[in-house]
Amino acid sequence: MPFTPPSLDYHALAPEIILTAVLAVVLLADLFLDQSRKWLLSNIAAFGLVAAMVPIISLALSDTDVRSMVDGAYVVDNFALVLKALFLGVGFVVLLMSTNYVEDGDYYEGEFYFLLLSSLLGMVVMSSSRDLITIFVALETLSIPAYMLAGWRKRDLKSNEASLKYYLLGVLASAVMLYGMSLIYGFTGTTVLVDIGEQMAGNAANQPLVTLAIVFIIVGFAFKVSAVPFHSWAPDTYEGAPTPVTAFLSVASKTGGFVALLQLVFVGFFGRDDVWGPMFGILAALTMTVGNLIALRQTNIVRMLAYSSIAQAGYILVPFAIAGSNGGAGAGSAFTATVVYLLVYAAMNLGAFAIVIAVARKTRSGEITSYGGLYEYAPGLAVLMSIFLFSLAGIPPLAGFWAKVFIFRAVIDAGTSWAVLLGVVAAVNSVIALFYYSSIAREMFMNPVPDGDRTPIRVPTPLITALGITAAIVIVVGVYPQTFANFGDLASLVP
Amino acid sequence: MYLNQFLLLAAIIFCLGVYGVLARKNAVLVLMSIELMLNAVNINLIAFGAFRNNVIGQVFSLFVIAIAAAEVGVGLAIVLLIFRNRADIDLDELAQMKG
Repeated sequence: MPFTPPSLDYHALAPEIILTAVLAVVLLADLFLDQSRKWLLSNIAAFGLVAAMVPIISLALSDTDVRSMVDGAYVVDNFALVLKALFLGVGFVVLLMSTNYVEDGDYYEGEFYFLLLSSLLGMVVMSSSRDLITIFVALETLSIPAYMLAGWRKRDLKSNEASLKYYLLGVLASAVMLYGMSLIYGFTGTTVLVDIGEQMAGNAANQPLVTLAIVFIIVGFAFKVSAVPFHSWAPDTYEGAPTPVTAFLSVASKTGGFVALLQLVFVGFFGRDDVWGPMFGILAALTMTVGNLIALRQTNIVRMLAYSSIAQAGYILVPFAIAGSNGGAGAGSAFTATVVYLLVYAAMNLGAFAIVIAVARKTRSGEITSYGGLYEYAPGLAVLMSIFLFSLAGIPPLAGFWAKVFIFRAVIDAGTSWAVLLGVVAAVNSVIALFYYSSIAREMFMNPVPDGDRTPIRVPTPLITALGITAAIVIVVGVYPQTFANFGDLASLVP
Repeated sequence: MYLNQFLLLAAIIFCLGVYGVLARKNAVLVLMSIELMLNAVNINLIAFGAFRNNVIGQVFSLFVIAIAAAEVGVGLAIVLLIFRNRADIDLDELAQMKG
């Protein structure tokens, strides 16, 4: 058979190409710049992210809605574009959060931005992957740099431990996932998700081998999104890693895992909801409950936010659990709910981490008690932190409230008793979560300042910009939730 | 072609790998166990590819081999980093954080 090169749509691939070019430039420039000029690197990286955003906007405005390449293995549609924009936005905010951190801590700069961009490239590719091989390659491209970023504080034993735990469990998860993928390939003879989806409805129904394969793949991604009981790495990794990296892991890397799950479940495995429906249901209920209950008794704020982000992953798993029930009645709204929650979660969680970084610049501590009386000497930070925390808790009129509304609407659209039960578990958990989120607010507003040290906190400009962007999104979306009204055609993946 | 033997071999190797990851305390041995799991996947992919007479399985396994190499490179670097800081790579000793 002669080789025929695939026809590529370079407009659709432009964001990936620009990102690749910029990360190569960052790595090369790092070689030739002397120490006093290393700050240029973060500017190059930020400029690259903005440049990669341009083709995404032009693609969104173009008339062609779906651009499919390589026999449907790589698809650029509205869903992919929204998530690519999200990943680039998250990358930009993380960049703003890390510039001063990396510079002041005297860590390697060029390599840091290079790895950050590589990881982002993996996520951008992941948004378009509709093929098992592409999903695997994208997953590793986004994970391997993240393993290294987690251990960036080389002399710190906690950071070492964070890196190794993340690495070992991440690799174990991808091995389990690959085993499942090999079985799926063996049974269906293809790796393209659309073709797999056709066979799932037909001759792959009720096959024990396929059931096993789906379970393996979902378990693999459950590690990635830190769903209970596969979450054991997350708190230690989040606490030990440098804080900007923790923000990156808890938002971008987790979203990457959810994007892969969305594509696998809605395009590939939708016909087998008898397997993944109950599985996601159990994962979601366990993840919400365990995450919230353990978060209640944390004394370190990063660790608390780690468990909080585990619990948030539980909320995001709820729409997955109900998507296939009742003959897929709620599939469309479940899909939209997941994407909306991912977008809102990114803004509010990054914001909370930006405050943690700002406060730690003065207190050098992650203990919750060090937030005592924050309102007295840094009222702006205290108010913003409360906004982010109450948004995470889902208090109106903040963005987090609408994200939860979307989830509960998906629950009602599904309409089965199991879906409603899961909705009740989610509602109870939102109440539990309010306890630990508001305990920090109480610490900031009511409690005295430890040691009476009231010197104000100097927040560098990049960090202020990061706070501004995230706070603006949380408040604007909260007051004007119609922003999401245009996302109706997002659910193009839903069968 | 006898597909079952290959699948059985792969399943056994995969289980050995999982056992190694769970039971071993030495970080390097855990890395080797993960390699076993990935190679079980390769056997699966190549056996299925030969059985179905299409090339996707072999292509997939090439990707797995290449990425596994990159992964182990990073893993060994992390283990080396820890060895430099503590002169020990026992995973059970690695418990700075709890809770």
